[in-house]
Amino acid sequence: MSARPLIALRGVTKSYAMGTQVVHALRGITLGVAAGDFVAIMGASGSGKSTLMHILGCLDLPDRGYYLLDGLDVRYLEDDELATIRNRKIGFVFQSFNLVPRTNALQNVELPLIYAGVRQRERRVRAFRALKRVGLADRVYHLPSELSGGQQQRVAIARALVTDPAVVLADEPTGNLDTHSTDEVLEVFADLNAEGRTIVLITHENEVASRAGRVVRLRDGLVVADERLRSLIEVVA
Amino acid sequence: MIVVESLRIAVQGILANRLRSLLTMLGVLIGVAAVIILVAVGTGSSVAVQKQLQALGTNVLTVFSARGFGFGRGGFGGGGRSTIGTQSRTTGLTLKDVTALRNRQNAPDLKSVNPVVNAPAVTATYQGASYQPGQFVGTTPGYFEAENWQLAAGRLLTDDDVRNHAAVVVLGPTVVQNLFGAASPLGQTIAVNGNQFQVVGVLESKGNQGLQDQDDIGIAPITTVQSVLTGVSGSVNQIVTEAASSKVTTAAQNEITSTLLSTHKITDGQPDFQVLNQASLISSSNASRHTFTVLLGAVAAISLLVGGIGVMNIMLVTVTERTREIGIRKAIGARRIHIVSQFMVEAVLLSMLGGLIGVAAGIGGSRFTIVGVKPVVETYSVVLAFGVSALVGLVFGSYPAGRAAALRPIEALRYE
Repeated sequence: MSARPLIALRGVTKSYAMGTQVVHALRGITLGVAAGDFVAIMGASGSGKSTLMHILGCLDLPDRGYYLLDGLDVRYLEDDELATIRNRKIGFVFQSFNLVPRTNALQNVELPLIYAGVRQRERRVRAFRALKRVGLADRVYHLPSELSGGQQQRVAIARALVTDPAVVLADEPTGNLDTHSTDEVLEVFADLNAEGRTIVLITHENEVASRAGRVVRLRDGLVVADERLRSLIEVVA
Repeated sequence: MIVVESLRIAVQGILANRLRSLLTMLGVLIGVAAVIILVAVGTGSSVAVQKQLQALGTNVLTVFSARGFGFGRGGFGGGGRSTIGTQSRTTGLTLKDVTALRNRQNAPDLKSVNPVVNAPAVTATYQGASYQPGQFVGTTPGYFEAENWQLAAGRLLTDDDVRNHAAVVVLGPTVVQNLFGAASPLGQTIAVNGNQFQVVGVLESKGNQGLQDQDDIGIAPITTVQSVLTGVSGSVNQIVTEAASSKVTTAAQNEITSTLLSTHKITDGQPDFQVLNQASLISSSNASRHTFTVLLGAVAAISLLVGGIGVMNIMLVTVTERTREIGIRKAIGARRIHIVSQFMVEAVLLSMLGGLIGVAAGIGGSRFTIVGVKPVVETYSVVLAFGVSALVGLVFGSYPAGRAAALRPIEALRYE
């Protein structure tokens, strides 16, 4: 394992007020993810995996404990600074694809680069490359509504990749896909990891998790198991 | 770059909900068009009244006797056009007053002082045609300029005419029409109550002032009129004076008042005459027209405000509809400014498009005559209305945009 993990959580807690009840979603998570790893986070619904995802993705901040992303402590950052971190360091892939409607595949993939302030010509080139990378070079001008679920998810992956982020966070990326599309998408993730990209994937399907190099299981806001399926050295190669 | 992207998103958003965008724009459109048209109508009516008043002579100061007839009976301006037979005997104005006013030391700001005598109920005949002019006055040459008469043909009266008691007359178009029809009256001789007058000039038409036909007039030298029609006496019906310029009308009015107070030996400060100041009439009329225009503009501005509220309403709906999209954008790194500018641009674009069409509608609508007024489009109203429509977008777009930017990404992403 590398000396400095890409993601380091220590004693992270998070609770929500749901009406009058307080829900303790995370009760003290300590977790490290090395660069180049492919981690599946598993757990039943209510185990806190979505909350963990939000914190990993800098969409939310921990109540207690700290989170270092690529060596940067995110605890005291302002909203706009968090947005910049999300833009530069993180690529999101959501269960429901979350492409911007009425905006074609290319424009969707360009979007993070626009917010990063990349010039148009370079944006074009990088977006094309990312779409080609996920096998959609012939669908760049299609609207999300004209694409199948698997294709939409691959556009979303291209959008997550285009900024060359430190980590790709995927939240149930195959949850809305049929078997064939699931295979396609998982294939893309496996390829990306083989190229050395760090991936954290949330799922409740064992079959999906089995493609990862390491499986972390959550229950009631705590890590209850952490097993390595494939050695990290092998994937980093 | 942000702006270009925001513009693209805004145009897409507007096109995605065409009917809704159109209805939203309609509010601003009507407001802008209303401002332009109503201000144009206000200005148009003001311009029309100005023209009428200017036809009466802008720098004219008319002195009436306060006793007997005077103010009001002849309408303003030329005044004293009454045909009551006894008026020349009841007037308190005399040729002495004229002499006093012509003295530069008494009234340095007067350009001309013209006594006017009215020959009441005269009948003019020419080759069997007979006509009673509305007015038949005897005066001096300065009268024409003071009363803003323009010559159509022939010549005006001269000082020699007055000095020589010349039997010459200048006729208004209405009199010419009634006596001569289409024939040229110049050089012809007409009989006025049996006395011969040669027609030396014809005046340009001034049109109607209220119910009175201003063109229904004959003007002859005062000396001639007195000797053959009214009888020679020192009294005159009015004194029509002209101030040297529009700047000195008030000073001239004061000079007239003080001069006449002294010639009439009035010490109790109760003058037996009145001085009608055309300039003050115009300016007070201007002031009231201006108030009228501002009032119309204000009413229209309120409708523009209502249009702005419509924009805000729709933008709030849009923000709610796009909550999820906002969440996505935030997740992939949109900062506050990106979200704010996206919705601001859309709001401003909506209201400016409405404003632009409103300007076109306003200018188009101002080409028609509205309630008898030919509207005059004011550049400032166009600029103002369009500017306000852009401002409306900014002001009423900022709250929805602020709300969009304040959304928390995880909640926005969960929104269905």
